[in-house]
Amino acid sequence: MTEKYETREHDILIIGAGGAGLRAAIEALAQGASVGVVCKSLLGKAHTVMAEGGIAAAMSNVDAADDWRTHFRDTMRGGKFLNNWRMAQIHAHESPERVRELEQWGALFDRTADGNILQRAFGGHSFKRLCHVGDRTGLEMIRTLQDRGVHMGFDVYMECAITRLLKDGERIAGALGYWRENGRFIVFKAKSIVIATGGIGKAWRITSNSWEYTGDGMALAYDAGAELMDMEFVQFHPTGMVWPPGVQGILVTEAVRGEGGVLTNKDGERFMQRYDPKKMELSTRDVVARAIYTEAREGRGTEHGGAYLDISHKPAEYVKKKLPSMYHQFRELADVDITKGPMEVGPTCHYMMGGIRVDAESAQTNVPGLFAAGEAAAGLHGANRLGGNSLSDLLVFGRRAGLAAAAQAKQAGPTAIDDAQVKDGTREMLEPFERTDGDSPYDVHRDLQETMQNYVGIFRNEEDLNRGLNELQKLKQRAAKVRVDGSRLFNPGWHLARDLKSMLTVSEAVALSALERKESRGAHSRIDYPNYDEQWSKLNNIIARDGETMRLRHRTIAEMPEDLKQIVDQS
Amino acid sequence: MADATFKVFRGDRETGELLEYQVPIAPGMVVLDALHYIQAHQAPDLAVRWNCKAGKCGSCSAEVNGRPRLTCKARLDALPLDEPISVQPMKAFPVLKDLVTDVSWNYRVNQKIPPFTPRPDAEWKMDQREVDRVQEFRKCIECFLCQNVCHVLRDHEKKEEFGGPRFFVRVAGLEMHPLDSLSRTELLKNELGIGFCNITKCCTEVCPEDIHITDNAIIPLKERVIDDFYDPVRWFLRKLAGRKG
Repeated sequence: MTEKYETREHDILIIGAGGAGLRAAIEALAQGASVGVVCKSLLGKAHTVMAEGGIAAAMSNVDAADDWRTHFRDTMRGGKFLNNWRMAQIHAHESPERVRELEQWGALFDRTADGNILQRAFGGHSFKRLCHVGDRTGLEMIRTLQDRGVHMGFDVYMECAITRLLKDGERIAGALGYWRENGRFIVFKAKSIVIATGGIGKAWRITSNSWEYTGDGMALAYDAGAELMDMEFVQFHPTGMVWPPGVQGILVTEAVRGEGGVLTNKDGERFMQRYDPKKMELSTRDVVARAIYTEAREGRGTEHGGAYLDISHKPAEYVKKKLPSMYHQFRELADVDITKGPMEVGPTCHYMMGGIRVDAESAQTNVPGLFAAGEAAAGLHGANRLGGNSLSDLLVFGRRAGLAAAAQAKQAGPTAIDDAQVKDGTREMLEPFERTDGDSPYDVHRDLQETMQNYVGIFRNEEDLNRGLNELQKLKQRAAKVRVDGSRLFNPGWHLARDLKSMLTVSEAVALSALERKESRGAHSRIDYPNYDEQWSKLNNIIARDGETMRLRHRTIAEMPEDLKQIVDQS
Repeated sequence: MADATFKVFRGDRETGELLEYQVPIAPGMVVLDALHYIQAHQAPDLAVRWNCKAGKCGSCSAEVNGRPRLTCKARLDALPLDEPISVQPMKAFPVLKDLVTDVSWNYRVNQKIPPFTPRPDAEWKMDQREVDRVQEFRKCIECFLCQNVCHVLRDHEKKEEFGGPRFFVRVAGLEMHPLDSLSRTELLKNELGIGFCNITKCCTEVCPEDIHITDNAIIPLKERVIDDFYDPVRWFLRKLAGRKG
């Protein structure tokens, strides 16, 4: 029997309602397109809301010497030159305009004495560059975009999850999803689709990411024939909470260090002197995360295996004003008053530099009609992302994806939904209800998190990665046979059963790419290959689907034009 | 480690009951941790909304021992553990399933509010002191706890006539934006029914972001409405200017 489903039609379907998805929707609406936005949570709860520190843009409001060239150079250096240089150039160029636009739509940033947008220091940025609102910049951004989009008139499908992209030949034709509330199916017909689903942090045990971060968009795109790139580069943020157990992994914003926070080990030593004496606490995230991890591993960690981060030398009122949510978070969840004493912090899985391979100008993937932006896309950040470059990424490339998706929809001919694909998709979703044995999806998820944490973590080696890949194969078999209890009404166990499949696909891509790259660069640290390798500096790992097999190939990075080379080489 | 007993609402729109679950206590544990434990070990289909687990997204609102709050910030060590801890959905909204309620009404109210409309001559320079006042309102994480406790909505169910504290906060953020050019007093008076609020401050007490909803948002907005609609001099001037009352 064919499952019933409702059908909705839009020129453009946007999957994900974080910063990138909403910015894409706004741009597509401005082009006159009909736009649907699908999100797994309620509108306004996407991960962007948790971004704290700020938006990197060379506005030169605080440091007059800053300009796009310096931002470009910082981004390339931070990414260890694996970045798509054209994306880094576009990003540095366009970020200031995107920030000004947000302000004109109602966002209220902290101000300089002369009334302009205030900017703060952050790791790897040569100048004070992060436009911010205390430590809740993401909330300001998402509320601004949300209200703008709602009033421009997009249709939002809240608490709706996409399980499959539908194709008409090589082209994108739509998507199949289900309503979380009642478990009913919905088919979207669309001429272009923008994937803006964020990252994959929920595959690790210690993570700053929410339940939504299960790599859906990357896995959907991969299944539809799109290429993934740079999947070995997973950012572990240096500072997550480590105690008490229930809050382990929750983000402690880099703004604490940006505002002057100091890292020490249990002996009171300011250990960053040994890892990066020049930039100290404001070194790039890969370096600081490895430093904290190493201190703890070598026996110089805090009681709960982290480092101390102290901002209490600053006046209490200043701390409360500039870091209000950190103040509350520690007071309420850890019984620590950060105006009086240090926080305990340790690395937490935070961000995926890799993702869907896209064209720098248009955010288009190799599948006609399919676009990707934000964390779900790869390229801008190379081997390591600088703090603050994510929010600007969402705005710059969200806008470009919306623009290109609208142009594509305008010139695209009619497409048809293939009922066989829909049927196969609904059958797959309903299978777990029919099983009476099999694992609980929660158990498989827990084991996946342990596998990724232990074998595909901050420091890697061949043996661990092989073991990880082996474990992933076993987990895939278990995930394919999980049992779901209860009905289709708002059933988180059922939802997790589907999310597991995405997590496993993306986790395999991460482990496979990490095994292949035999060097250490940025966030990818191989104990067995601890140095840079010149050969690898010109190569991206590309993952694509070949039938049921995951294939990896190398791709040579295009030569940087002379003018950009000169910018990068300046000291 | 000792166990805590939870009584969690399980049910849907029509029917439901409190079911008991035992959960081992860990240091620093919050109610949301306990709900996750129950999902993973006892009731995989227990419906709960959550995202950040750090008090920043406002998804996990529920009533713990009858008190509306964010479950991610409700510490077990601050609750009496010698008796069961009850966890129930927000009362002012229809239950969808278990702890998940239908909050879509809030999104419909929001759509009625005219967006930020900058003055045409705006130079985009603002003083931090002017911005401070509005940033308080922009802290709102839309947990809807203020809506849940407001007696106009919770007890009198005036969802057609009344916008609720969340949207007075939102309007205050627009009205007091240094560069906004619109007046939303007519909307406040008619569509959002600000007159129904009799400033009992229940909303302020429950706000996890410590926004002074009543004192800083609702009372100044009520004053603006009074100035615009009930001040005889302004009423006369408005007649002269031909604005609609």
